[in-house]
Amino acid sequence: MKTLECKCGHINPEGTQLCESCGRPLTEEARNKPLADMRYEGSARRSQTYNKTIIDKVWNFFSSVKVGMWIIVAILVAAAIGTILPQVFYVPANNATEAAAYYERVYGTFGKIYNDLGLSNLYSSWWFQGLIGLLGISLIIASLDRVIPLYKSLKKQKVRRHLSFLQRQRLFTKAEGVQEDVLTDAEKKLKELKYTVRRENGALLAEKGRFSRWGPYVNHLGLIIFLGGVMFRAIPGWYVDETMWLREGETLAVPGAPGYYLENNSFEFDVYDPTDSNEVFSDAIERVGTIASNYQTNLTLYRGENEEITGDPGELTEITEGPTIVNKPFKFESYNIYQMDFRLDELRSMTFQLQDKETEEAFGEQFTIDLVNPESDYDLGDGYRVELVNYYADFTGFEDGEPQSKSPIPNNPAFLIRMFTPDNPQPETSFVLIRETIEPFGENEYKIAFQSAETRDISGLTVRKDLTLPILMVGGIIFMIGVVQGSYWNHRRIWLQQTEDGVVYVAGHTNKNWNSVKKDLHIVTKDTQIPRPVDQQDPEADMDFDEGDEKS
Amino acid sequence: MSLVEISSAALYLAFVAYLLGTIFFGGAVKSASKEKSAYNKRWGFYGITITVIGFIANLVYFITRWIAAGHAPVSNLFEFTAAFGMMIVGAFILIYSMYRIAALGLFALPVAVIIIGYASMFPTDVSPLIPALQSHWLTIHVITAALGEAILAISAVAGLIWLLKNIDMTKKSKQRFWIEAVMYVLVVTIGFIVSTTVFSLTYEPVQYSYVNAEGNESVIEYKKPALFGMNESQAITEGAMEPLVNVPALVNGNKLTTVVWSVIFGTILYGLMRLVFRRRLAEVVQPFTKRTNSQLLDEIGYRSILIGFPIFSLGALIFAMIWAHEAWGRFWGWDPKEVWALITFLFYAVYLHLRLTKGWQGEKSAWLALIGFIIIMFNLIVVNLIIAGLHSYA
Repeated sequence: MKTLECKCGHINPEGTQLCESCGRPLTEEARNKPLADMRYEGSARRSQTYNKTIIDKVWNFFSSVKVGMWIIVAILVAAAIGTILPQVFYVPANNATEAAAYYERVYGTFGKIYNDLGLSNLYSSWWFQGLIGLLGISLIIASLDRVIPLYKSLKKQKVRRHLSFLQRQRLFTKAEGVQEDVLTDAEKKLKELKYTVRRENGALLAEKGRFSRWGPYVNHLGLIIFLGGVMFRAIPGWYVDETMWLREGETLAVPGAPGYYLENNSFEFDVYDPTDSNEVFSDAIERVGTIASNYQTNLTLYRGENEEITGDPGELTEITEGPTIVNKPFKFESYNIYQMDFRLDELRSMTFQLQDKETEEAFGEQFTIDLVNPESDYDLGDGYRVELVNYYADFTGFEDGEPQSKSPIPNNPAFLIRMFTPDNPQPETSFVLIRETIEPFGENEYKIAFQSAETRDISGLTVRKDLTLPILMVGGIIFMIGVVQGSYWNHRRIWLQQTEDGVVYVAGHTNKNWNSVKKDLHIVTKDTQIPRPVDQQDPEADMDFDEGDEKS
Repeated sequence: MSLVEISSAALYLAFVAYLLGTIFFGGAVKSASKEKSAYNKRWGFYGITITVIGFIANLVYFITRWIAAGHAPVSNLFEFTAAFGMMIVGAFILIYSMYRIAALGLFALPVAVIIIGYASMFPTDVSPLIPALQSHWLTIHVITAALGEAILAISAVAGLIWLLKNIDMTKKSKQRFWIEAVMYVLVVTIGFIVSTTVFSLTYEPVQYSYVNAEGNESVIEYKKPALFGMNESQAITEGAMEPLVNVPALVNGNKLTTVVWSVIFGTILYGLMRLVFRRRLAEVVQPFTKRTNSQLLDEIGYRSILIGFPIFSLGALIFAMIWAHEAWGRFWGWDPKEVWALITFLFYAVYLHLRLTKGWQGEKSAWLALIGFIIIMFNLIVVNLIIAGLHSYA
């Protein structure tokens, strides 16, 4: 590696702007600036030094803050575009075709274009994920490019700096013919201000809060861990995200959790009772009508003998039971079961009575058809019998004379029934719908009359498992430590140098909160012959303001 | 007096105190001559004292309402926005204690007043918590996020003062146009408050039936004269005025009506102010900013972002993710409110990087700080009211 020797004798790495040891400007560019560029202490960054190989070029590209900012702005704009219309996972559609139809129907041409461009599923698009990936690379390279030379530079800094370095500081002052021992006095004051003070004959360096310089790199590390953690979701078995609809009384295999079964014992839906609740709520309840107070599914968890998802689970052993409530998921092993949705009052069974069509006289016993697993024969006694020829759970109408069912869910059950009676040698056929009966083969003598129905609720549950969470948590904590470290502290430095002939140079620098270091410098120079340091970057510095500098 | 009544009275008191405080801070920055600095200090002292009294009353509002309801009063649009206004004052007091800039009070307090006034236009009943909000994370997440946003808002106030002070009002420029646009938007917000209040006193609400985007029939109540009807709207209430025009189902005619009325009232108000002062509003307030050091304002803007950014990140992203995991089973779901919190975060991250590495200070920083506040308000107002999502509780 090439090196650069400073006049003071210190050997600096190639590309250094300001000597790591004494602070002399080492390049023409640094010499020509009226003020020293103190970002990264003028240290040699790889990206500013090499630009030959492909690796150099890639490194330089990603180490650029400008590039990083463009990546962030691109993510920001894309993210905003994704909120114009609801994303596809928030619209009521089961597949791409339905979604396309939904966007066009509800949002018109704009909706169609939005969906066709893939903006309705923007956040999982390859290019959006790609942008996040680029941001991750930028975070790593840009941090490494800066933190290593910065660390070396701050470690190697000497107490005595070249006078040109002091003069190039934003806060600077000098006084001639000062006879007293300014340095000892300053050391005492600065120590009271909690500075770490180092002295080397005739030179003083006071420093405070250097660790805050590492804040940005610590928080970037946290972000890198976080983004990396999200990628671990791809590991098989680390991440499960499934939904299940579970009817009251039903036991089903838990999707994504082989061998486990959940039974829905009951679903509870409560609203605030205007007479029973805290009386301050009465106005709100009256205005809104009803306000829900609780959604909850009481579950029992079983384990099957068989871990295979398909086929017979074998004997189920009860493991535990408990509720899943909104904000309080039901937990087992690394799985969480969330109460996400519900449907009230799905038909479970219907009870009918065979009757004379004219007189409505009842014959035989009532019979109940299970709408999930209907039996085909119902013996009503006294020679009356009913046969369920066909069952259409979700009847939608006839196509070519054939009844159609859209799904196996009993939303609109219809039954093709044959009625056997002692007085009719031939059974009569009746097509029974809710509130309607069709007689496909001519006039009937008997009818099936609806008596009652049983309903049950369905719980929409989400099954989740995410083993990446601890990694994300660690990333989040490191990020917060870093961002606090970098934001709530600042790195202040004050240099004092006194020459043999009594010339005193005072300079101050901070990475932020200049007002505070100005106050500190004011304390140091107060009651001495040294004038108050001037902010060489403030065009209004010599103007008088009676505010802002009087914090007691 | 019940707790809720005490609570409302305390909020009213705080509101009045902030208005008074504004006047005193105005007195503290008004005089331009140096001899009057003792006079300025005294007015500044009165200003901050009244502000602190108002803030204490505001805390009384917050705590009594919390006790009465049994949950932190941050559960609907009124409560959240009012809390945000309160925290802006808190953040101002914090920053004032560091920098003693009276001009900051002169601009921060009216912003808080407008925000609290805006909040009061939404239903203010104490309502019980729906299941999704029944979690201690409601308290933790919302309060932290609002506090972070409030401190970030102070940077926008500092930026506004910087711009008012430094933009040359005598020459036509983009800057002069946009700073006046900011003043106009502030007046339109007042227009919203005025129009809502006027119509709630003078206009009997009427109901219309309409066909929504799903093609279903629905009913809506208009509290303001319907300029824009909903899709295929029909008046239900007898004698109700027919809307000037019905809008397609995609647009909410009721909300559009509210926006247009606010703009009408705001524009009239703005026009009247222009007539009275015979100058641009930015020019009217400019003299109040002249006695403040620009570099110090720049530092205050930066410092507020440094203080607010970690709090915002913690509250609006990290706590939000933890709660989202508890409630919905995923820590991130690309819900519009989440996305806009992320956008806010990214935006301020860009601000910090541009400032640190590209030297964006002074004017550029000031504009960015204002844009940041616009993003925060967008997330509060537009995302809640217009973009539907999991967070639209109001």
